[in-house]
Amino acid sequence: MTSGQKTLDQHTVSDEIIRCDVIIIGGGPAGLAAAIELKRLGVADILILEREKEPGGILRQCIHDGFGLQRFHESLSGPEYAARFIDQAKELGIECLTDTSVLEITPDKKVITASRQGLTTYQARAVVLAMGCRERTREAICIPGSRLAGVYTAGVAQAYINLKNIMIGQTAVILGSGDIGLIMARRLTLEGAQVKAVFELQPHANGLPRNIAQCLNDFGIPLLLSHTVTRIHGKNRLEGVTVSQVDENLRPITGTQEYYACDTLIISVGLIPENELSEMAGVTLDPRTNGPLVDEHCQTTVKGIFAAGNVLIVHDLVDFVSLEAERLAAAVAVYLENDGVPAVDDRANDTSDKSRPATDCPLNAPAANCISIEPDRSIGFTVPQYVSGRKDFLLSMRVRNPHKNCTVVLQQGSTVIAETSLRKAIPAEMIQIPVRSADLVSREKITVVLKYE
Amino acid sequence: MTQKYDVIVIGGGVIGSAIARELSRYKLKTAVLEKELDVCTETSGRNSAVLHAGFNNKPGSLMAKFCVEGNAGFEKAARELDVPFKRTGKVVVGFDTEDLAGLKALKDQGDRNGCPGLELIDRTRLDELAPHIAGEFAMFSPMTGILNSFIYTIALAENAHRNGVNYFFDHKVTGIDHTNNSYTVRTPHGLFRTRWVINCAGLYSDIIAGMLGNTDYTIYPCRGEYFILDRKLEPFLPMPAYPVPNARAGGLGIHLTPTVDGTILIGPSAEYIEQKDDYSSTCPVMDLLIEDGARIFPYAKASSIIRSYTGIRPKLVSKNKGGYADFVIEERDTFPQAINLIGIESPGLTGSLPIARYVVEMIGRKEDLKVNPDFDPYRQGILCFKEQTRDMQRSLVHSNPDYGEIICRCETVTRAEILAAIHNPLGAATLSGIKIRSRAMMGRCQGGYCQTRIAELLMQEKNLEPQEVLYLRKDSRMFTGRVRDL
Repeated sequence: MTSGQKTLDQHTVSDEIIRCDVIIIGGGPAGLAAAIELKRLGVADILILEREKEPGGILRQCIHDGFGLQRFHESLSGPEYAARFIDQAKELGIECLTDTSVLEITPDKKVITASRQGLTTYQARAVVLAMGCRERTREAICIPGSRLAGVYTAGVAQAYINLKNIMIGQTAVILGSGDIGLIMARRLTLEGAQVKAVFELQPHANGLPRNIAQCLNDFGIPLLLSHTVTRIHGKNRLEGVTVSQVDENLRPITGTQEYYACDTLIISVGLIPENELSEMAGVTLDPRTNGPLVDEHCQTTVKGIFAAGNVLIVHDLVDFVSLEAERLAAAVAVYLENDGVPAVDDRANDTSDKSRPATDCPLNAPAANCISIEPDRSIGFTVPQYVSGRKDFLLSMRVRNPHKNCTVVLQQGSTVIAETSLRKAIPAEMIQIPVRSADLVSREKITVVLKYE
Repeated sequence: MTQKYDVIVIGGGVIGSAIARELSRYKLKTAVLEKELDVCTETSGRNSAVLHAGFNNKPGSLMAKFCVEGNAGFEKAARELDVPFKRTGKVVVGFDTEDLAGLKALKDQGDRNGCPGLELIDRTRLDELAPHIAGEFAMFSPMTGILNSFIYTIALAENAHRNGVNYFFDHKVTGIDHTNNSYTVRTPHGLFRTRWVINCAGLYSDIIAGMLGNTDYTIYPCRGEYFILDRKLEPFLPMPAYPVPNARAGGLGIHLTPTVDGTILIGPSAEYIEQKDDYSSTCPVMDLLIEDGARIFPYAKASSIIRSYTGIRPKLVSKNKGGYADFVIEERDTFPQAINLIGIESPGLTGSLPIARYVVEMIGRKEDLKVNPDFDPYRQGILCFKEQTRDMQRSLVHSNPDYGEIICRCETVTRAEILAAIHNPLGAATLSGIKIRSRAMMGRCQGGYCQTRIAELLMQEKNLEPQEVLYLRKDSRMFTGRVRDL
């Protein structure tokens, strides 16, 4: 891996702009997998841009095991899982610039970077967005009380402990049953801190069942569902939190307040795809996923800009991130060959109304020749959001609430085009349904309906 | 040990810092005693950061006088101190006939105070000025502006410091003794003998005044809560937008303010509280802010919140009385050479420079002030990489590679800027201190990406152990130690 500026002799340079077939933004699991697969498909001129001093992304701080069960049928730690891809990328001679931040991506796929070596402008033919996601903060959920030391998001706590050798506190409670929160409950316990409880606003857990078993149950840490932190106490360092039960509308129930003395509050209340650079490039986001709107090739609303991994949609397992990125590679390779993925190259470009705030932007309706996919209220979103209809695709979605013995039905008009029965569907587990283009009956929109008792 | 000074300024807020700077124009040995670990930790850093025009204050009051004076020509101060400032203008919007009457009265008051350019405008004009702000009509004030109250206070303090003023942090004044022609100011870290005492203690100015024999005043803390909204909304709010103020409320009403950094503030509420250091946000107010804010600025939504904060107004009027009392700036015969500034709430930020001149004139009437020939009014701030052109950025990185290392992704803050913030002239060394100086950790991820790096840099540069890293105040320990001993 090199740091800073791409060596000029390896690429065509004109007017101090370095040309490159594919630029991949982010050297985490998505970026690495996309790069490796692209190389295998014969794309030679690939550049990964990574802001950290090493590739691997968030896996670098995930020192627990459980990665790779799907893909490698082994339980690897985060760094081990990342190493398999990093080693392969090295073997294949894929260039990855570390310590390099992207300042800007333009709609015509210029990428401007900053590093200690200077500012560099690249001109890519295709861009793969693989920036991952960030955590929702205490502020995003508005917990009353002072702003003080001792409140950490789970990922930040993990970075301090696992990467920086810094201990953040002695007595902790955790808000949110997301996977990183559960992992941190165990990690803090192993490092000698007392974890009093994990509180979850929803009536169901948000993390994977295996993490609840291995990180909480095995250590006797209680998980209290339908509970939330309603007050932060202390002026300088956290002294305690008030926790309340919530009703079916998720509003705190008066009289159920309970005080927990603690010096640390870990917040694990969700992840948000990190799409600031995507928006600069003119990519339209889906307000439901906070990721780009994409077609079955993971191509965004800007031609030649693709997205994969947690920047597109927050996945449950890194194994799925790698798979998604690999699937995307095929489409990028075709795009480079044909200068435009055939199935959707005639779609209208970004038509979002720039006079309105992006947070309020309407769904950018794809052109008439694309088939849009619309989930019902019990399903939060789908990815892709629209397809060409000329290619088989995998449809990803999450249910909003847990259900037993339910069926996901895809319909065009009144015709059922695919149907999958599930013994159990929970929000923490992404549902993926393969759809064959041969089964589509028209160019009408596909509705996705969840049927349950 | 007793240190000797000509002037002791108590309080490192915007008023104390402005007075310190004004004093440094003269040959006076001056020190600022601040109980916190940095300047502008309380009211001065926790407000709407608006340079008011002066129409909200009673004609003939010190508030009106200082506000109008402070507003005029703020460009000069901004230039000297290298601080961000935009004269955006402001609208006070109305919806019904009662509002219209209120706006007419407000304009009349402003005209009498000498605020230039006030005009009542209709919806058509409002559409030209700020199409996304609600309201049937409005009063437009062209002179109102926005600044960064942290950077402004820091700049005043740094310039004072550069011109010879000593800053003592973590120096809470515990008592003041008056003997003959001098005062001895007691702190846990030593005594300070001085000829002059200037009380700029803000929320605690009544307590310090009590130490100076003046027990006539009581400060009533009145809390205001704010939300900060994502910079994505910036293009839709070109200037502050206020409702018509309610004369009996503790503040000007919940308003929308763009910041010089590109985010948007909603707030503040007005709630009289018991404790002067209770900076909690509360549930009912948090709900109210978005509801009220959206009436004036429909794009204000809970999903855009990136942070909340609170400030506390040091009010001289109780809840039952309501409204505003004028600034108190006085020296009494029984305690000569002790000047109390009490109840300096809004528009204290706007009025800070004229207030400072006024106080120094009071001193000048008592003794002959000799000009400090070495006084330099200019101060240079931390260069903001993000605001530079690409060419400028290129040459910055070329001359100092630390500019090429982006530490804070959301606000594009470089290692060079973080280092400059850590090594600030005042010697403040908390995470908050770095944040307010560099904007790092202020963005939408709130330090999720950069806080670990910044804490590490701070430890490295200041040679601190993890348990010594502080968030804001003395007891705000960020960490308990190392996971493994080195």
